[in-house]
Amino acid sequence: MAEALATIARRTELGMITIRADLSRAGDALAEAAGLAIPDRTGIVTDGSRNLGWMSPDELLLLLPVTEVDATLEDLQQALTGEHGLVVDMSDARAVFDVTGPHAADVIAKLAPVDSGALPDEHLRRTRLAQTAAAIWRTPGGFRVIGFRSTADYLALVLTNAAIPGSQLAPR
Amino acid sequence: MTHTPPFRLPKGGRLIDRAFQIPFRFDGRHLRGLTGDTLASALLANGQMLMGRSFKYHRPRGPVASGVEEPNALLGLGQGGRFEPNQRATTTPLVHGMITRSQNCWPSLDADVGAVNNWLSPVFPAGFYYKTFIHPRPFWKHLFEPIIRRSAGLGRAPTDPDPDRYEQAYDFADTVVVGGGIAGLTAARDAAQAGQRVLVLEQEGLWGGRTPVDHEGGQAVIDALLSDLRGRSNVTLRRNTMATGLYDHGYLIAREALADHDPNQGIPRQRLWRIRAGRVIAATGALERPLAFACNDVPGVMLASAVRDFITNHGVAPGQRIVVVTNNDDAYRTALTALAAGLDVPAILDARPVADGDLPRAARAAGITVLNDAGIAKVKGHRHVEGVALCVQSGEGKVMDGIDCDVVAMSGGWSPVVHLYSHCGGKLAWDEEQAMFRPDPDRPPLGADGTGNVTAIGAANGDLRCAGDLERDEGATMPVWVMPARAPYKLRAKMWLDFQNDVKVTDVELAAREGYASVEHTKRYTTLGMATDQGKLSNINGLAVLSNALNQPIHATGTTTFRPPYTPLTLATIAAEAKGDAFQPLRKTPMHSWHEAHGASFEPVGQWRRPYAYPRAGEDRHAAVNREILAVRKGVGTLDASTLGKILVKGPDAGRFLDMLYTNMMSTLPVGKCRYGLMCNENGFLMDDGVVARLADDTWLCHTTTGGADRIHGHMEDWLQCEWWDWQVYTANLTEQFAQIAVAGPQARTLLERLGGSIDLSAGALPFMTWAEGDIAGIPARIFRISFSGELSYEIAVPANRGLELWERLHDAGRDLGITPYGTEAMHVMRAEKGFIMIGDETDGTIIPQDLGLDWAISKKKADYIGKRAQRRTHMTDGKRWKLVGLESLDGRVLPDGAYAVAEGVNANGQRKVQGRVTSSYHSPTLGRPIAMGLVQHGPARMGQVLEFPMPSGEVMKARITDPVFYDKEGSRLNG
Repeated sequence: MAEALATIARRTELGMITIRADLSRAGDALAEAAGLAIPDRTGIVTDGSRNLGWMSPDELLLLLPVTEVDATLEDLQQALTGEHGLVVDMSDARAVFDVTGPHAADVIAKLAPVDSGALPDEHLRRTRLAQTAAAIWRTPGGFRVIGFRSTADYLALVLTNAAIPGSQLAPR
Repeated sequence: MTHTPPFRLPKGGRLIDRAFQIPFRFDGRHLRGLTGDTLASALLANGQMLMGRSFKYHRPRGPVASGVEEPNALLGLGQGGRFEPNQRATTTPLVHGMITRSQNCWPSLDADVGAVNNWLSPVFPAGFYYKTFIHPRPFWKHLFEPIIRRSAGLGRAPTDPDPDRYEQAYDFADTVVVGGGIAGLTAARDAAQAGQRVLVLEQEGLWGGRTPVDHEGGQAVIDALLSDLRGRSNVTLRRNTMATGLYDHGYLIAREALADHDPNQGIPRQRLWRIRAGRVIAATGALERPLAFACNDVPGVMLASAVRDFITNHGVAPGQRIVVVTNNDDAYRTALTALAAGLDVPAILDARPVADGDLPRAARAAGITVLNDAGIAKVKGHRHVEGVALCVQSGEGKVMDGIDCDVVAMSGGWSPVVHLYSHCGGKLAWDEEQAMFRPDPDRPPLGADGTGNVTAIGAANGDLRCAGDLERDEGATMPVWVMPARAPYKLRAKMWLDFQNDVKVTDVELAAREGYASVEHTKRYTTLGMATDQGKLSNINGLAVLSNALNQPIHATGTTTFRPPYTPLTLATIAAEAKGDAFQPLRKTPMHSWHEAHGASFEPVGQWRRPYAYPRAGEDRHAAVNREILAVRKGVGTLDASTLGKILVKGPDAGRFLDMLYTNMMSTLPVGKCRYGLMCNENGFLMDDGVVARLADDTWLCHTTTGGADRIHGHMEDWLQCEWWDWQVYTANLTEQFAQIAVAGPQARTLLERLGGSIDLSAGALPFMTWAEGDIAGIPARIFRISFSGELSYEIAVPANRGLELWERLHDAGRDLGITPYGTEAMHVMRAEKGFIMIGDETDGTIIPQDLGLDWAISKKKADYIGKRAQRRTHMTDGKRWKLVGLESLDGRVLPDGAYAVAEGVNANGQRKVQGRVTSSYHSPTLGRPIAMGLVQHGPARMGQVLEFPMPSGEVMKARITDPVFYDKEGSRLNG
């Protein structure tokens, strides 16, 4: 039997913090607290350990090792002192998958209405996988997918189904 | 003459490999074909011209065409879950071991009893069913319709689940070229050269379309184009992919056949492509039209192009003596091809007065007799062509001569395949000179930018000679809609237009006589073009005949609508991955696996599955619910409340914002306290409810119903982003961040105190409607002292990852207290015992809080809230509204949910007037009797009155109006 198109791996060690603020006012302070530059519209930046993604004009998502969440929550709140903003732990609300392998893009193309040609590195796309909401971006060797925790089993199932051996999208 | 072997020619057949024989079965017979055969070519190679029966008259049917337009050669394919009806033999590649069977015949294809309809055909004209079965009226529904429905449909639907896998995929391209013939490939090259991202879709497994068959040197030209395209990184060539439909904004649907030929490969059988195309180039070619002459439906009468396809592609001779009948030069190719293959061509009957183009000259030079102004008066033979009677085309069908033959190759000209151009609104124009509808370049379908987004090229655009240097000079096509031109009724009544549905020239003429002037009406009245081939062969001939009968030009008649899909799509392909476990996302709470392991009987709540109850061995759901309720009322129980919405609202304007959203005052709620709130829409109707907790000076946590979690969050953002964009408020939907467990019952505090933690749970420290933060059992938690059951109750929110841990700790620690998990139904009954309303039961989108006696939760002080203005309208305040009351069944039986209480008199429709209805109704195990709530006109003022609820059986149930709070009116149980 041929290999699956991609390896689907659930990641559980990632923490997530939702940040809402006026980025034009609080951006610098938030960047310092997060340890990452504020991403451009639809962007996501990384330092190898953390990611900071643009979710909407006034919303960021910080991904970081779960052990760093509590301290970083405090740093971010500090950064917003005197500013109207919201910082909240979302680590448990999501399910994270890494889709890696030579045909990882095929797996994504079967589930998300996303033009992978218009999804370069350092771009975060809020979309759906099959019938459930998700966000995706490129990682070395594939894609990272985040969705709602309650749909983790569904996401794993549709990702695995989409990766069945021999089903690559290349014309035959 | 008889149909005689050999049917497989000794040489030729560009697609077959004679080294590899393929066994297959047709109606139980074991047959053999060759690699590269279609099912149709393999059957023909076995001398099997008879492949089916027509729908209405059960007439014998052989293949007419060689491609997707085939109306006759439709077979049932496969077995069990893989059985598929109506599969086109002409487009189905032959597969080793294939099991096929003919359709619409009984007991067999050769001896079909239904053929008796054929003898009765004079009494089955167009509209027969409409006219015959309309009287007596009641017979339609109970007698005629069931019988007609049972005989409807050509193939049988499969009854077993489809074992195959299907999938979808998305693609994007600047230009999608549909059709991999010479026109499409050339256009793809041009687009690629311009730097565009190009996707080329070809319905068949081979590239080139008609060019390799019709033109010497054609394959080399195709190969050169392919080689160029394959070298370009911006071009994707996808074959076996049928573009089935084009929708708004360049949304193109296509079906790729991946493993139709080998379902056991383990890969998806078909893939549905959902493509966003910047522009579409329709290079979909053209379809040859049949000619309407008497008995043109006898097996052996085929399209000229199909005859030469079978010879050239598969080395199969449909017959040994082939008469060609045509109104154009192209069909001469068939004569030349047949002759070159060693077959007899006794004559070419050309309806045109003159034929002196390159091809007719070549035919004459090859020694073929060409007769001009000639036609077929009638085909001889019943189950197979035995010969033709000749006539003058311009005459009335007087038989001049006869020719023995076993195949008639007919060509009535070509019709561009305009489907893709038309799907999204592209208009057609009648080309008088070429006698065809072709895309009107001035009225294309429009893309998002308002300009045309589909371009038709090549034969699809009416350019039938689009192969460039390969083309030869051809004379003009002469329109021939009926052969001979002045055929009498007797002949016209035997001229088939729609071979599958048995629609003849006289049927269309009858429709015209009976007033069916619109082509769409005629189609439906006669069923012309309504068969599984959707009229690919019959439409143009049919509307030409209709135009003639209506005495109007063809363009005035117009065409019927071309709708997707171009060829049938299976439902499995459309559903794709969404079946079985992946049918829908099934949302699971952090404790879902525990519920499963403990025998929960689930109910769907949106996409969640929530435990309805936890039946034990020997217990039904009803008994489980009763046990769970009593366990909570007497001891302690736990409910998984994780699905309830939890929305954080924060900011300097958050209080003001919530005062607008809720009917009551949230800005004055002290930190540390909870308040039950109601949310209405702009029309004043109650849309959600829940407990709001004030977490900090500028922060509130709003609980919503399960169904409200996403909806209410969206509602909040809608107001914040669109109306109050200058208010400083942020929201975050924390629903999935927390697992939430309701711990309810007189023993709730005892249980929680056993787990230990930093939160003082005593009545003094944590009174009703307050909350506290800390840890419990070593887990960070927020504990809300709120109750939906009326008992001493806490709702504990912990990070979702630790929800299961807390749940299990509670059950370990509470074993001796009789701790019982309870489901949604126990929750529903307990809240009803307390007279608490439920969104979706007591509300239905037309209920205002005042209807439910919730005036106490509507602030009188606030200047405004969403819905306030609407609630002041006269209809909301006129006192005639139905209001919430309790209902006590008089005979101890549970009132049916939704039952109506009748009033005196009848309304304008003669229906009994009503004065109220049951909104919630249960058996209360706590009270040992039924309880119900309902909405009743002037209800609260009518305590003690008895209402009547007529049942469908005619019986009348009675119930007394009571207070809706049935249990613990003073609320003492809240404190344990």
